[in-house]
Amino acid sequence: MAQREVIVGSRIGLHSRPAALFVKAVAEQHVKITIRKPEGAPVDARSILRVLALGAKNGETVVLEADGDGAEEALEAVATVVAEDHDDPA
Amino acid sequence: MTVVSPRLKGIGVSSGVTAGPVALMGPRPRLPDDRPAVADAEAEAAAAIAALNFIAEDLEERAAAVAMPRAAEVLEATAMIARDPSLEEGIRLATAKGEPAAWAVHRAMDHFRELLLDLGGYMAERVGDLDDVRDRTIARLLGQPMPGVPERDAPFILVADDLAPADTVTLNPERVLALVTIRGGPTSHTAILARSLGLPAVVACGEAAALGDGELVAVDGATGVIRVGITQEEVVSTNRAEELRRAARAASHGPGRTADGHAVSLLVNIGDAAGAASVAKVDAEGVGLFRTEFLYLDRQDPPSVDEQVALYTEVFKAMGGRKIVVRTLDAGADKPLPFLNPEGEPNPALGVRGLRTARRSPQVLADQLAALALAQRATGAVVWVMAPMVATVAEAKGFTDLAHEHGLTIAGVMVEIPAAALRAADLLEHADFLSIGTNDLAQYTLAVDRMAGELADLLDPWQPALLDLIRMTAEAGLAAGKSVGVCGEAAASPLLAPVLVGLGVTSLSMSASAVADVRDALAAVTLAECREMAANALAGRTTGRP
Repeated sequence: MAQREVIVGSRIGLHSRPAALFVKAVAEQHVKITIRKPEGAPVDARSILRVLALGAKNGETVVLEADGDGAEEALEAVATVVAEDHDDPA
Repeated sequence: MTVVSPRLKGIGVSSGVTAGPVALMGPRPRLPDDRPAVADAEAEAAAAIAALNFIAEDLEERAAAVAMPRAAEVLEATAMIARDPSLEEGIRLATAKGEPAAWAVHRAMDHFRELLLDLGGYMAERVGDLDDVRDRTIARLLGQPMPGVPERDAPFILVADDLAPADTVTLNPERVLALVTIRGGPTSHTAILARSLGLPAVVACGEAAALGDGELVAVDGATGVIRVGITQEEVVSTNRAEELRRAARAASHGPGRTADGHAVSLLVNIGDAAGAASVAKVDAEGVGLFRTEFLYLDRQDPPSVDEQVALYTEVFKAMGGRKIVVRTLDAGADKPLPFLNPEGEPNPALGVRGLRTARRSPQVLADQLAALALAQRATGAVVWVMAPMVATVAEAKGFTDLAHEHGLTIAGVMVEIPAAALRAADLLEHADFLSIGTNDLAQYTLAVDRMAGELADLLDPWQPALLDLIRMTAEAGLAAGKSVGVCGEAAASPLLAPVLVGLGVTSLSMSASAVADVRDALAAVTLAECREMAANALAGRTTGRP
């Protein structure tokens, strides 16, 4: 199992636009990815509602996990989205 | 003899007259009290998921079709909820227990609804999107009309309980003739949207709940009167008369003045660079309120000085020598910014907002003033700056001193807090001018949240206590020989404008679409008549409005 710990980069946390961008990126991967807080249970990262319900704030760590072929690359791709500070949409 | 049509009365918030058929905002679907028995749980689950997918596709199609990127983003985010794989799990759990499709959707959504509500703050705001998806899906499953703004072939008068931000971003102004809401107030989303689109609008009209779909009505967005039971001929004649009036309005020009020549500057409120073009179009004397929040919204960090200079320069150039009053960043309350406002304030309208954010982040204000000064020097524009949410003389002095140090020679403050109005004379020892923000001043004087629709009558700008504070501020300005303007929504009312002038206000700033009407209203009365109207309004003899 591939695993990645990432610190949430967006000032507003993993909600609204950052959460939507993350879920969109996850949907583009070919492996199943889960996300959890370090002490929490993993949830399906394709679910915008579950990602929002994590309530992950700026500076908090989340754990991404995936299995199978290309798991490392997939985690790499989506971890970047979590770590980035999503700026002005314009 | 003319037959008098029955009239409904609400609060007119965006002037203009129009007539046409009513289209009712689709109500929320209701689950029937009797829950049907389920024969095939698997079929119910499949129906629920098919309905969710249908709603998602519909939202995605609309997202692709809308021109505004902001509207597309709202629709896409909502579609993403309808596509959420976790809903399927919840639905299957519910159908396995014998719930029919629509009930299962409700159950599955409720779970997440509570999770998000428990998180509070930003997360809880997404509950509205969740409810939208839930209501659409259930309506589809039960064969009920779709909730939200209806789709019609011909333009209509939209009648709604109130409009949510998600409704307003997707509203097609070419399809909608006017807005009527049962709840809402003069500063609600509906009112602000209507004015920005130039659509007539009436809010807080409880009687509108009785209007039927397709019924012909005429809406007067200035007086708040809705004529019902009119004929198709009356619809045509009303709209023809309005067309003529609009043509006359388009030809209306020149500086604002009363019938006897007392000058009143007519200015425009703008919120971005695009708005700057409207100033010349309506022949206004300048901009009385340039809201700068758009530069800061949807960002994690404040914009750089260079970025600000580029934008201010563009706006200042568009002024063509006219004056522009710039309001420094007004963050907080209903428009919080992650880098400025503390999270979880129990009462943000009374918290760290407006100029108060500079106590925590002085550099953001210093950068903005530096950028404004650079853009002013680059363009030679006539730039006035003012700070929002000033309460004390010390704050007024602190801000105006800072602006002067940056080389911005004309610096004033807004009067939105009763304390500032009561001490207007003292503020004017430091401030070069005052600008009254009537929306917030009403909120703080009457102790009513601007978004509290059921208390809209208390936010009425005709409240004598509010007019008293405007009078005190204006009189302090006259005594000091300094300008006192009004830049709240009250300035956009052709009925209230003469009263404000009678109270001693020297300039009125409003949305561009209101300028011609206000210019005409002032041209029809003398200064003495304005003063008499003001005295009547202060005495409460006009009981709110004429």
